[in-house]
Amino acid sequence: MVTVKELPKEEYLLKGHAACAGCGPAISLRLLFKALGNKIIMVVPACCTTVIQGPYPYTSSAVPLQNILFESTGAAASGITAALRQRKLEDITVVGWAGDGGTVDIGIQALSGAAERGTNFIYVCYDNEAYGNTGMQRSGATPYGAWTTTTPSGKRERKKDMPLIMAAHRIPYVATACTSYPMDFVNKLRKAKGIKGTKYIHLLAPCPTGWRYDTSKTVELGRLAVQTGMWVLYEIEDGKFRLNSPSDRLVDKSKRKPIKEYFGLQGRFRGLSEEDVERIRKWLDEDWEHYRKLAGNSVSDQALYGKI
Amino acid sequence: MGQTIIDTANHIAGYAARAARVKVVAAYPITPQTTIVEKIAEFVENREMDAEYIRVESEHSAMVACIGAAATGVRTFTATSAHGLALMHEALHWAAGSRLPIVMAVVNRAMGAPWSIWPDLSDSLSQRDTGWIQFYCADNQEVFDTIIQAYKLCEDERVFLPAMVCLEGFILSHTYTPAKIPDQEKIDAYLPAYKSGWTLDVDRPCSHANLVSPEWYMEFRYMIQEAMDNAKRLIPQIDKEYGKRFGSEYGGLVEKYKCEDADLIMVTMGTMGSDAKLAVDKLRKEGQKVGSARVRVYRPFPVEEIMKLAENTHILATIDRHISFGMEGFLASETKASLFNQKDRPLIAGFIAGLGGRDVTSETIEKVAKKSLKCMKEGKVEKETEWVDLRE
Repeated sequence: MVTVKELPKEEYLLKGHAACAGCGPAISLRLLFKALGNKIIMVVPACCTTVIQGPYPYTSSAVPLQNILFESTGAAASGITAALRQRKLEDITVVGWAGDGGTVDIGIQALSGAAERGTNFIYVCYDNEAYGNTGMQRSGATPYGAWTTTTPSGKRERKKDMPLIMAAHRIPYVATACTSYPMDFVNKLRKAKGIKGTKYIHLLAPCPTGWRYDTSKTVELGRLAVQTGMWVLYEIEDGKFRLNSPSDRLVDKSKRKPIKEYFGLQGRFRGLSEEDVERIRKWLDEDWEHYRKLAGNSVSDQALYGKI
Repeated sequence: MGQTIIDTANHIAGYAARAARVKVVAAYPITPQTTIVEKIAEFVENREMDAEYIRVESEHSAMVACIGAAATGVRTFTATSAHGLALMHEALHWAAGSRLPIVMAVVNRAMGAPWSIWPDLSDSLSQRDTGWIQFYCADNQEVFDTIIQAYKLCEDERVFLPAMVCLEGFILSHTYTPAKIPDQEKIDAYLPAYKSGWTLDVDRPCSHANLVSPEWYMEFRYMIQEAMDNAKRLIPQIDKEYGKRFGSEYGGLVEKYKCEDADLIMVTMGTMGSDAKLAVDKLRKEGQKVGSARVRVYRPFPVEEIMKLAENTHILATIDRHISFGMEGFLASETKASLFNQKDRPLIAGFIAGLGGRDVTSETIEKVAKKSLKCMKEGKVEKETEWVDLRE
């Protein structure tokens, strides 16, 4: 486990990048570089980072970065890792860094193909739960009830469970993370770096612009997402599911904060009715029951009795 | 010395990829291309080829995997047909815009709907404006030679563009003919290991293909146009040098046959060029001064060569295995466009033939020639585009 003091001082996300104030993905990208160092090749499809990195002839990335087509991060990574193998440069880590639209919607095919082929790379989906770069349209990762520009009265469908879809590919490592839990994210990246094959990390990254909250509240929002149980931190290593702190203490739903605290801070949930909230509560209980089963009784018992 | 083998054009394309010492192949099956990537899989698995073989889940991913690999500094190859090529379309732009010298065999097949697996050139010609160099082959030997030449050309720093080597489905792809495969040492001497123009390099970090403002975008496009002009200059030189080393030469951009004194020149692409030669011989015996010009390189388009051909002739007959709906065949349009500013330009008669694999024989071409000679005598082309052998 790396602690915050052990993080390198070097910055590979350079100053002057073009992210919005309070951008969750930018905070996490900076940490990703610190966690993985500069012997990496980034593959970035169309997403907010297309803009964040800055226009030619500038860049805010101090590591080599290949911009690539929206739906094709997995395929580009397969080509790069194959070439690195031919050139005997396998000590270089290949990282896909894509938004939720580029992952759960348009990019799911290439990602699924890359995972099935066992492409040796880390894929991070930074999920702000909508198409942010184009001005907040609904994606498959947008949660039920959320306002977007293409769901002005709130999305009527549920969020796609992408990490478990990736787990179904039987890849060696799947994890969730959140901008507000930096060391959890850093340690998951470090662990992923040491594993051969496809590693998938799904990062919930709060977005003040799209979620409609004050730019000072990004970290608070991410914490609330986890503390209310709306986002769950876990990892699946070689098929073994494990809840991570603090989610591992939230199997008992009385330990979770009320979901209304999370919704209340965000303009995008302003249209939620009492019925909507009740529906989400019911789904949340079902989801947690599923996680409890995945984690097995021992873990949940520990969590229930507070022994961790 | 090399060896002479008897095999299909598809397998011969596989031999060419092996001879070029390609390092990464990304492959997805589609008829009639599939036997190319099957042959390469065989070569990789029995270790005749030291290459990574990526079995992608779509053609779009095949092209993007090639882009990723080429950007990481290795020689790449893929192959496709029709709908596979159409699916790649977006990635074709990305490959050319990224100035990556990827070489791809395109086994020409008609586009649906309705489904067809038989040949015409509408698949590759629809990719005209993607920034790819396009070669069209007339026989199996030319498929081998052109793939090798394509790497030589594309990897030249004055070019750095990708290329399609096109061959018509079944007419060539599945037809066995003899072909000479040169000794590997000679190929190696001709085509040294790939030296990339740029790579994803941890020691020289850079963002590639990031957002470009209107202040810069046009210059990047102009550089591609310059590279195409350079390719136009280099292709005849490469063809000549290759001919000296390996014995086969194809006339550079346009293969001309008995054009010097011709009143009528048949302008074709692909295998029709071979049938056109037979038709020329027959018509010459009958006393008609006919020649054949096979456009071997469609992008860059050989404008100057077409102008030269037009100087001493009375009529050009273009035969397109393609139609741009609402207009005519591209070969007709571009031949006309090439000559617009020329003084005393000849008549041009456009013909559409062989769509979706409809057979085009030397007799078909004779028929076209006779119609064109009639236009010549009458001094006018009444029908801008004529569809050959169309059912009533």
